[in-house]
Amino acid sequence: MAELNLVQAINLALAQEMERDSRVMVLGEDVGLNGGVFRVTDGLQKRFGQDRVVDTPLAESGIIGTSIGLAINGMLPVPEIQFEGFLGPAYDQLVHHAGRMRTRTRGAVTVPLTVRVPVGGGIHAPELHSDSPEAIYSHHVGIKVVMPSTPSDAKGLLLAAIRDPDPVIFFEPKRVYRSYKEHVPEDDYIVPIGKAKIVTEGEDVTVITWGATVFQALAALDELPEDVSVELIDMRTIYPMDEDTIVESVRKTGRCVVVHEAARTAGMGAEIATILQEKCFLHLEAPVQRVTGFDTVMPYYKLENHYLPEAPRIKEAIEQVLAY
Amino acid sequence: MAQATTTSANSQATQAGSRLVDSLDNATLLGWLRSMQLIREFETRTQQAYQQAKIGGFCHIYSGQEACAVGTIACTNGDDPVITAYRDHGHALARGMSARACMAEMYGKIDGCAKGKGGSMHMFDKPNHLYGGHGIVGAQTPLGAGLAFAARYEWEVLGTGSKKVCLCYLGDGAVDQGAFHEALNLSALFGLPVIYIIENNGYSMGTAIGRHTANHENLISRGQSYGIHSVRIDGLDIRDVYDQFKPIVDMCREEQKPAFVDLHTYRYQGHSMSDPQKYRTKEEVEQYKSKDSIAALLDHLMNDRQAIDEDGWKAMRDEIRDEVKDSVEFAERAEAPSVEAELYSDVYIFPQPNLSPTREYVHGAKNPLL
Repeated sequence: MAELNLVQAINLALAQEMERDSRVMVLGEDVGLNGGVFRVTDGLQKRFGQDRVVDTPLAESGIIGTSIGLAINGMLPVPEIQFEGFLGPAYDQLVHHAGRMRTRTRGAVTVPLTVRVPVGGGIHAPELHSDSPEAIYSHHVGIKVVMPSTPSDAKGLLLAAIRDPDPVIFFEPKRVYRSYKEHVPEDDYIVPIGKAKIVTEGEDVTVITWGATVFQALAALDELPEDVSVELIDMRTIYPMDEDTIVESVRKTGRCVVVHEAARTAGMGAEIATILQEKCFLHLEAPVQRVTGFDTVMPYYKLENHYLPEAPRIKEAIEQVLAY
Repeated sequence: MAQATTTSANSQATQAGSRLVDSLDNATLLGWLRSMQLIREFETRTQQAYQQAKIGGFCHIYSGQEACAVGTIACTNGDDPVITAYRDHGHALARGMSARACMAEMYGKIDGCAKGKGGSMHMFDKPNHLYGGHGIVGAQTPLGAGLAFAARYEWEVLGTGSKKVCLCYLGDGAVDQGAFHEALNLSALFGLPVIYIIENNGYSMGTAIGRHTANHENLISRGQSYGIHSVRIDGLDIRDVYDQFKPIVDMCREEQKPAFVDLHTYRYQGHSMSDPQKYRTKEEVEQYKSKDSIAALLDHLMNDRQAIDEDGWKAMRDEIRDEVKDSVEFAERAEAPSVEAELYSDVYIFPQPNLSPTREYVHGAKNPLL
């Protein structure tokens, strides 16, 4: 058992899976010689060669489109898109081709594709390098969307994603990349896609979040009085959503706060609140609260922390639902 | 018909007296020298500020490429639209943005050119007809076509403007993007007066050109395949840039059609400030530094034209150092954008009621620079 950060855990998962299955390939901008913009693929080209760890031109549509072709013809490509904002040029390939190939061919052709994408803010980068588009891709059927918050979950989820016969977008919260370490098992294990994790068990209020804001929520919990019992849920998979876990929790607590970095309107918080009013209506003691980014473009640097849902805003929302 | 002209660095220099650049007065060339040195000094201070964590995010340094922005913009009129990618500090300064507004933008301060909300990659200066500063590789190329389309429409259909030419800069990495090819085709098809300037520094981030683009030794074939007049120019020698680029600008303006320029240059720093530069050797960087464009122009002005001496050069550098130092002090002193006024402003012209879920919405003041 080694203490690894998120970058190292993902690197380990890629190396182990490439070792295990020679159909696994990594491709993307500067992923080989330079080891990736965040060094997540560092050392892989040296170990597995240029045929399996491929430096590509700056051509996101081409990278994802070519990966789809590889995937439908027997390979297991794991392309990297450097920042979530760069998914724009690849959007058509991802949504209209990867996501719909199984349906379009009535199951004859499938796309075992895993697209790794650094996501979110908190590293003082500007827009297009700090966005949180998980709701956009969750809205499109046919694609699975995951976002681990911890190194050990990242390893297990990445292995699950690569082995999944359908396309998965694997969002990696940049803010967590090097800010948190934990023991990551060496052995082969899977964290199932579509299964949330209860981080802390509690009775009074459920806090639902994912990605970097899991740590903000934990910080908020530290600030609450000791007699407040919070059930913190890390969704881990954004779509398909683990409805059972959140519904069971909110039926128990009767109160819920959803936290995400993405803008509020039509964000995943809206979807979760709707599911809860559909399935927990008579258990709810207070309206579901959302603590989110605002409906504005992710601002640069000095205003970043006002945009991001930091611990004080989360704590305030928890107090509000408790006092309702 | 497509034409190809390939010129090596010195082929025209041997034809003494016949050079276009020789018709320009000393003051013009001294202005170029000042502009290039300003960019160099500005970028040096930018690096320092970045290393001190005063500038956030990602920061792409222009040092080494000064002759490209200064030389090409010198061939245009002040109202010709200019658009570029994210290595944009040099273009902003060459186009006339104050060092203060440029530095304050990187510091994320309200007095920056985009109110400190865009940062290093988003330099906009509408009064100087600079339309950014764009962060997605190649995404600005169709915008360049549109700027040229509007300029031609204004002149030809509305009859309200003069003939203009749009300069659209991109790196050699961007020629691999689909948007670039769409823009080239549209420009050729519609006859749009836009010059696509490939600032070819040999690297697409960390990937050498021979590893990222097919047929890289004949990059002008990209333009030629669309029937666009395409030229390769040595971008390290600003006099070569002027000699060859000025006729292209004149032709595009007169005939209202596009051109393509493969402008060879070199960046001294990494792709961004966080680049480990495993892909090139120190020797290669030193080799290019020995052909430095500022040193070359200075040598010409000192020895061929006797337009400046050591004392004059020192005085110019001192003045520039003070100007850049002042920009840093200005950026340090400036205020950060206020949360209430600026977090939600400039999304729509009329504030939307749902923009601020937790605070009163206040629309920020109009940016005086835009």
